[in-house]
Amino acid sequence: MSSSSKKGAPISLKKQTLSPQEVLHVASLANLKLSEKEVSLFQNQLSEVLDYVGQLQSVDTAGVPETSQVTGLESITREDKVELTSCLTQGEAVANAPKSENGYIKVKAIMKAK
Amino acid sequence: MTKDLNLSITEILQGYKDHHWTIQEITQGYIGRIKKLDPQVKAFLTYTFDEALRQAKEMDQTLVKNPKILDEKPLFGIPYAAKDLFSTKGVKTTAGSKIIENYISPYDATAISRIKRAGGILLGKLNQDAWGHGTSGENSDFPPTHNPWGLDYVPGGSSSGSGAAVSARMVPFATATDTAGSARCPASFCGVTGLKPTYGRVSRYGIISMASSLDSIGHITVSVEDAAKVLGVTAGHDNLDATTPKVDVPNYQEELNKIPKGLKIGVPKEYLEGVTPEVKSQLEKAIEEFKDLGFSLVEVSLPHTKLAISVYYIVQPAEVSSNLARFDGNRFGHERETFGDEAKRRIMLGTYILSAGYYDAYYKKAMQVRTLICRDFAEAFKKADVLIGPVMPHTAFKIGEKVNDPLLLYLEDVFTAPINLAGLPSLAIPCGFDQKKLPVGMQIIGPQFSENTLFQLGHAYQMKTNWHKEVPHF
Repeated sequence: MSSSSKKGAPISLKKQTLSPQEVLHVASLANLKLSEKEVSLFQNQLSEVLDYVGQLQSVDTAGVPETSQVTGLESITREDKVELTSCLTQGEAVANAPKSENGYIKVKAIMKAK
Repeated sequence: MTKDLNLSITEILQGYKDHHWTIQEITQGYIGRIKKLDPQVKAFLTYTFDEALRQAKEMDQTLVKNPKILDEKPLFGIPYAAKDLFSTKGVKTTAGSKIIENYISPYDATAISRIKRAGGILLGKLNQDAWGHGTSGENSDFPPTHNPWGLDYVPGGSSSGSGAAVSARMVPFATATDTAGSARCPASFCGVTGLKPTYGRVSRYGIISMASSLDSIGHITVSVEDAAKVLGVTAGHDNLDATTPKVDVPNYQEELNKIPKGLKIGVPKEYLEGVTPEVKSQLEKAIEEFKDLGFSLVEVSLPHTKLAISVYYIVQPAEVSSNLARFDGNRFGHERETFGDEAKRRIMLGTYILSAGYYDAYYKKAMQVRTLICRDFAEAFKKADVLIGPVMPHTAFKIGEKVNDPLLLYLEDVFTAPINLAGLPSLAIPCGFDQKKLPVGMQIIGPQFSENTLFQLGHAYQMKTNWHKEVPHF
């Protein structure tokens, strides 16, 4: 897997797989705010990666089942019984919250107060 | 007391039995070594020296009263360090990331509590590529770790601190994770032994998730014998991780020398392509050693090898985008803007791949090709009992050489990612050096739950060769 084919490669002028609008759309789906510089940087880098992984399109997978996990386990259950050894106290659970009050985690308002 | 602490876990324990040294002396020795070397290596993010010395003192007292405890607790008085993805109660767990740079775990990961119960003494938390995203250690949100064999070189990643710390003998073992080589790559670049167990062999509970169908919980040691010892402690079904099958844990140490005669070793022809001449020649020498030991070599093929990176860089970012959604700055950590570039890239890749209109073309397709990759291995294991190959296409590169080209770094995973996609175990062991005296590593791959056989073969190789005994001097 030689890296020499990547050195000095000209920046592709062909149409990028991702447009800036798509980058912004994906960022908003992922709740990420990007600067203008980041949009442009990621547009180039992500397009390059997508072009590379897109090679799977040409693989014949007719009739091939999907693998989403390799253990073969299904529907593992346990007794509906409290296991105190793997519970956190309220204090422990809230200890790392940036903002908390009276044992509650404080978050930004999601609805406007009347 | 050996100054450079070039000791295995087995040797340390023997020293306790023979009263050569105390637990406090050994612990103090490793702490001294960390203080001396870590400013250059930067393997650690957090030190836990005070608590370690307190534990060591208590354990020495226990040892005097009850010498048999060395037989009851397999890691009694053994210092170690944990990759910063592992939750350690009361100690910072940062995942190598600024977002949770101040997060203090309220509980121990199962692997950590098992090591603790077996007598392990935590000396600190180790540096890594943030969230496990990387193959060089350079994606840490903190100053990156350096390779003890060449301080200008990367130690490999993402368990960069784990590889470097064991290589420099700052600890006798370190925990690691492996999602596409993150334990095997640093082991290979740093000249130490790295284990990626079968997916589900070791509980993932309490370990910050990267890609939930691929993450394997492993460790880095100075020898295969030690790797077997540690797995005996961490392995086994866990009620808290529903992906750990109820498969018995063999007594790996007892079985270590019982290597089956007539073992067939497969060499995948695709794994000898695209490696540097130096890696190829060390691997060929290793193959000769195995022949000398009386094993037969067969050529096998894993035809879909070249597609594994594409499958991996679809499946993994998709799972990453889901796992990192919890970092919203509410229950812990800073806001999402604090993510580093690589994390943002992978989150966005994953989100795009899973979004409406693209799911079938990328994610569904990748899951189908994943099946083809699993089938490749199943076919190969009809002809051979284990496979051997390189871990990385080359030896360590210089810090800064590839960091500006994400795709270039992704291509590093060519020989490691397929193993994670199939959920197989793989043991990385040192097999030589290149002309710059940078380590070369090879991996022994087996069917699921065949760690016993990997240890037996690796141990036989380490009884015949001395690569694993070499220590960097700086």
